[in-house]
Amino acid sequence: MKKVLSLLVAALLVCALVLSGCGSSKTLTLNVYNWGEYISDGSEGSLDTIREFEKWYAETYGEKLKVNYDTYASNEDMYNKISTGAVSYDVIIPSDYMIARMAAENMLLPLDFDNIPNYQYIDESFRGLYYDPDDLYSVPYTYGVVGVIYDANTVDESDAGDWDLMWNPRYAGNILQFNNPRDAFATAQYKLGLDVNDPSKANWDAALAELKKQAPLVKSYVMDEIYNMMESGEASIAAYYAGDYFTMLDAQSDSVDLRFYYPERTNYFVDAMCIPSSAQNKELAEIFINYMLSAEPAIANAEFIYYASPNSLVYEDADYAEELGEEAMEILYPGIENFSELYNEYAYRNLDADTLDYVNTLWEELKIS
Amino acid sequence: MKPISKFYTALIMLFLFAPIAILLFFSFNEAKSLSVFSGFSLYWYRELLRDSETLGAVRNTLLLAVSAAVISTAMGTAAAVGINKLRSRYLRAAMDTVTNIPMINPDIITGISLMLMFVFVGRLFGAATSLSFWTMLIAHVTFCLPYVILQVLPKLQQMDKSLPEAAMDLGCTPLRAFLKVEIPEILPGVITGLIMAFTLSLDDFVISYFTAGNGFQTLPIRIYNMTKKTVTPKMYALATIIFFVILALLLISNLTDSDGKELRRRARKKHLKSKEVAST
Repeated sequence: MKKVLSLLVAALLVCALVLSGCGSSKTLTLNVYNWGEYISDGSEGSLDTIREFEKWYAETYGEKLKVNYDTYASNEDMYNKISTGAVSYDVIIPSDYMIARMAAENMLLPLDFDNIPNYQYIDESFRGLYYDPDDLYSVPYTYGVVGVIYDANTVDESDAGDWDLMWNPRYAGNILQFNNPRDAFATAQYKLGLDVNDPSKANWDAALAELKKQAPLVKSYVMDEIYNMMESGEASIAAYYAGDYFTMLDAQSDSVDLRFYYPERTNYFVDAMCIPSSAQNKELAEIFINYMLSAEPAIANAEFIYYASPNSLVYEDADYAEELGEEAMEILYPGIENFSELYNEYAYRNLDADTLDYVNTLWEELKIS
Repeated sequence: MKPISKFYTALIMLFLFAPIAILLFFSFNEAKSLSVFSGFSLYWYRELLRDSETLGAVRNTLLLAVSAAVISTAMGTAAAVGINKLRSRYLRAAMDTVTNIPMINPDIITGISLMLMFVFVGRLFGAATSLSFWTMLIAHVTFCLPYVILQVLPKLQQMDKSLPEAAMDLGCTPLRAFLKVEIPEILPGVITGLIMAFTLSLDDFVISYFTAGNGFQTLPIRIYNMTKKTVTPKMYALATIIFFVILALLLISNLTDSDGKELRRRARKKHLKSKEVAST
């Protein structure tokens, strides 16, 4: 027994030494920090974007390049990690409000667009968005719109169409609401025609009153559980992102028939590629961003992530449209022309600390009642 | 009373093992869903093997766990031997307390304080990035160490102190006596400590999360970060594999422990017999 064990330990040690030896060769490195599951990674027959980039770089520049690809779970996690200075990344992909915050804190470098010629394929309607009004720091990667998902087997289609569905007493006990204050309050604010970024107390009080009216109808307040609850038919009405609706559609059980629509006023988000000020190799980062905008990787990523792409090489591609199907294309890309207007009017912006505190107090009041 | 206690045991077992059973079950699901089982398939296991980033994270995790386990076992055993030789009771109590602090300290505090220290030291030396594989290794050795000491120390105390003395009487150098007599006596404790350190390092999330550097993410961090989208069933497959590996390690550790007990019992019997023979 002891011999077996010591052999085991010895074998593991040898493995460890061999493996650690691999990392020490001298090659160029690029550090990329992205959301988890947010790039086409070679699973289910898709393109392995990172490996392809390494290959492409070696062929184009004749130099070996190693991409260190790490992931984070939220904008705040990423921000904390980078702001301590404990790590340094060359490319990050934060969401809109975080880009605004990082730019204000001088944590982002202005991009050299001469190195990113593929930026021309980003649609005009994605320029001048509030978080980066002069288009200095960011290149849009994905965007999404919140809509309402419902099960057509239990919900009458004539009731669908606006936020009112989530307040419809006919479906009491079948409605899911977001389990975070910002998203939950926004549903009420959009319904009432209020501004989601207005810090006045009256605004948030009105939204709270509306949420209190909804509370007896709500089955539960959820985030990630929404997938299983909607897929299995346990609940039949919920608001979520269009891209995630397709994930649910893929996995819905036979007794469920999920549908999706956009209310007139709703939330938009944009995630964009940026270079943090602690980047070690800015030019390489720009080459990477440019590569991500080229047709093959951009389409592969859009198919993998299932969020809409602001890149015309993607949404004008015939094969991509065919792969997604007509219905999905219509849902993912609803009237792209006036995006920047809608976005700048309805998208969440950073609230000041006092307002956030106030919203949290109201949220607790709602959850207790 | 008996049916109640049986029911109680069954209930406890259910709570302990039902989640693992469900995970195991759905890792063989053909579809992506957690609500519909559409057929048995090894699809997600194949997908897992194709996911180079996840496999990279597995490699990182194993590399870290093996190194941390070996280093902390060596250091922990040495520390235990040292503590065992302390004569002053107060000094000993002080050492016990000090080694217990990393164990009792909440992970999040250990994690944050280690990160701050690494960043501080990194800044002192003007490094652009202060976190790396090495900082993570230091962190892991730090929190594994007390568990190893806790496993080895009781074995040292159980050991008959006259054994190494006898060995030295018979001409062994102290080092030889330690290697040939003491080490075999405490080996079960050392191995249990090694395995404990390995599993602790393997599934640590909080401390790793704060001390992870560029390009070296471990598996728990990678799985946690999948929450923007849903966790894919690939991870169920991976978790199933990890569960069985840990189970195997646990079995080995328990077997070696009972092996050791068996050997010692036999040795004691022989000893008694020889005494009987001598007295007659």
